[in-house]
Amino acid sequence: MNHESVQNNSAYILDVTNLGIDFGGLQALDDFNIQVKDREIVGLIGPNGAGKTTIFNLLTSVYQPSRGNIQVTGRSTKGKTPHEVSQFGIARTFQNIRLFKNISVIDNVKIALHNGMKYSMLSAILRLPSYWREEKAATKLALELLAVFNMQDLADQPAGSLPYGAQRRLEIVRALATNPKVLLLDEPAAGMNPSETAELMSTIRDIRDQFNMAIVLIEHDMSLVMGICERILVLNYGLIIAQGTPEEIKNSPVVIEAYLGQQRGE
Amino acid sequence: MTFLYQLINGIQIGSIYALVALGYSMVYGIVMLINFAHGEIIMIGSYITWYVMSQMGLHPAIAILAAILFCALFGALIEKVAYKPLRKSERLSLLITAIGISLLLQNTAQLIFSANPRMFTNIFAGSIQIGSRQFSNATFVTIIVSVLIMIGLTLLVNKTKIGKAMRAVSEDNDAAQLMGINVNHTITFTFSLGSALAAVAAILYCCSYAQIQPTMGSMLGLKAFVAAVLGGIGSMPGAMIGGFCIGIAESLTKGYISSQLADAVVFGILIVVLLIKPTGILGRHISEKV
Amino acid sequence: MKKEGLLNKTWFRYILNAACILLLFGLISILVSSGVVNRYQAMILIPVGYNIILATSLNLATGFLGQLPLGHAGFMSVGGYASALFSMAVDWPAAIEFPVALLIGGLVAAVFGMIIGLPALRLKGDYLAIITLGFGEIIRVIILNLKFTGGAFGLRGIENHTTLTSTFVWVVISLFVIFALIKSRHGRAIIAIRENEIATESVGISTTYYKMVAFSVSAFFAGIAGGLCAHYLTLLNAGDFGFMRSVEILVMVVLGGMGSIIGSVVAAIVLTLLPELLRGFSEYRLIIYSLLLVIMMIFRPSGLFGRYDFSLSNSLLKIKGKITNSSRKKGATHHES
Repeated sequence: MNHESVQNNSAYILDVTNLGIDFGGLQALDDFNIQVKDREIVGLIGPNGAGKTTIFNLLTSVYQPSRGNIQVTGRSTKGKTPHEVSQFGIARTFQNIRLFKNISVIDNVKIALHNGMKYSMLSAILRLPSYWREEKAATKLALELLAVFNMQDLADQPAGSLPYGAQRRLEIVRALATNPKVLLLDEPAAGMNPSETAELMSTIRDIRDQFNMAIVLIEHDMSLVMGICERILVLNYGLIIAQGTPEEIKNSPVVIEAYLGQQRGE
Repeated sequence: MTFLYQLINGIQIGSIYALVALGYSMVYGIVMLINFAHGEIIMIGSYITWYVMSQMGLHPAIAILAAILFCALFGALIEKVAYKPLRKSERLSLLITAIGISLLLQNTAQLIFSANPRMFTNIFAGSIQIGSRQFSNATFVTIIVSVLIMIGLTLLVNKTKIGKAMRAVSEDNDAAQLMGINVNHTITFTFSLGSALAAVAAILYCCSYAQIQPTMGSMLGLKAFVAAVLGGIGSMPGAMIGGFCIGIAESLTKGYISSQLADAVVFGILIVVLLIKPTGILGRHISEKV
Repeated sequence: MKKEGLLNKTWFRYILNAACILLLFGLISILVSSGVVNRYQAMILIPVGYNIILATSLNLATGFLGQLPLGHAGFMSVGGYASALFSMAVDWPAAIEFPVALLIGGLVAAVFGMIIGLPALRLKGDYLAIITLGFGEIIRVIILNLKFTGGAFGLRGIENHTTLTSTFVWVVISLFVIFALIKSRHGRAIIAIRENEIATESVGISTTYYKMVAFSVSAFFAGIAGGLCAHYLTLLNAGDFGFMRSVEILVMVVLGGMGSIIGSVVAAIVLTLLPELLRGFSEYRLIIYSLLLVIMMIFRPSGLFGRYDFSLSNSLLKIKGKITNSSRKKGATHHES
């Protein structure tokens, strides 16, 4: 690793140092470091309760960290609200799906295109040309994004009526619509069958190539993690216990111990 | 002397607010609902006592017992009929239902008892001379009874099995269920307990203010709710502290500024609290799980 | 699949709707001027009008934003007093004075909305309901204690400016502005907050900002309605804008359907006319309203219209579809028999 690039923040899309958070005196996460380069796919694995989703919540400012620094595309997220951090170029999906259930699939995507449109409230109320132009462009873009997952035909359905797998995919489309530089996927394959998972795997790669973004994903499905991640971090009890390529992780005794210990414990 | 007089009056009305605020706070802690109908329980308790005592001519002790029992049952009934069917629906629906129930009770009472105020005979007649001022016995009874009830309630919540169940359900509904706690029973019990406290508050209130009418509960209830928010909603010691603070603030406003502005001051306090410390004096921060 | 036909063209839809509005206005004018609707009946149409504005504006905050303000009547009274005091102070031609007075009423209400909304909307949960309720009460007490608002005697001698035409115009403006706002990126942000606040933030939308927008627009139109009301009644009483008035507006929104503009319009019309049409209704009015709230929430929380929003062109398309379908069916049954 080039030492100079460590000093220069802009070399990384996501630069996290010494991150930690306490809940009620309990250390939920400590000394977490991660540097993600452009177009990298990184996996975050670990037993339940290891603190994976907490990391996503910290990266997106849903929680404020007790310690450490987070830089998204070179800008510190300290004291920023989730919507401000989103505008830095980070987008996420949620473990427990959080769609806008009662509104149409296409409007779910168009809501995420909000900052891509610029027309003012007055232009909207007076229906000025900028309103028509940008709305038309947004609809077109939303349909294109839905087409990534072949969902353009579902555009007019209420999001809540979609099957589970489709809802997970719609969450990804919605995240893409904010035009992020780094995409956080929280268990994207949860509840999917093996063939759906395989399809998802290739789509995630396509997304990276088509949209040029880094992807960090939390996943329990090892076939997916080992299949697409270039680098994997293993978390247990709020600490990184191992990191490396899928090959290295597969053979790491610490990781095996953590998972087996967990299984014995259950 | 005026200051002491207003202060004691403030503590008196404050202890009534505290009793009512406890009901709001317990219910909020357990089902996350501002039970707007809670104020109407005060009104119902007052009318029951008045009816048994003045219309049926029975002994005040029987009237008090009847009011407490009726309110406890009625509180549970409201929960069963109106809130339970909506436990899984959106919070907005639950809140609107609570407002509906509150108005329904108020207007039904108006239909039954008419809007004219009724005179309530003071159970604790007589007064004590302190310095140059007269203090009615009711004032001291109110303060003493309220303090005793608060001590009892604190013991109940901290020492008994049902008290532990209440705390567990307000902490985490689902987890409590998994631990074998009967969540439905606990919720019903909380509503009953809160309503019984409201009945006691009603009787104490009526002994000092003599008049009862169908709309009496709404303003009293609202101020008690403000007290609950001030103390930290969901916290029982908070409700007590909040009650006393609001009572004293109101009494001092009446004494030194203007009695018409007392209500405005109470709501002003609410807005200031929410601006500076939304969790109230003793409230915990509840964050949504992401 | 590309949809063809005039009814699918946006510009045609707008022209069609504008034509229908003009037609409706013409119809009302003819009915009034020809005497089919007498003067008294025509006057009821003015409260119907400002109640439509009140219900739809509350719906913006309740149905679309998902918050429950309980002080809508408070905003109405602030707007009413502000616009009345203005029109009493200046002596301009009515054609200029009245619209300006209404706008001032709306703006003052909106500013109050922002002041109230700022502390309340940052918080999760039901604090907004309580704060707005408290606000309504504070406003009432303050107006009662001020000299220039006429105190307990009420504000008298307000010029009678509100006509059927001006009410109609303002109803159309309010409905169009709220509709146009909802069907834009700004309105989608407001609806997104109702659906899921955390997700809304996560896609880069400031929930605090859009809560404030929805809340102050809602207060603005309540203020406009207050101004119309003031210049119709020609006197204002702080007591008329208490909690019960706010609840009445809420009943309209709940009955019509939270999130349905057409629902609010229909419910406002029905609930304003009902006490006038049914004698004895007013005696039980409050009981019926409160029962309505409870029953609607338990059995039909989406209201009569759900989140359905009426679109003339879509309805016409549906009717057209039904006609072609049924004629096809008829043809089919003929074949079978």
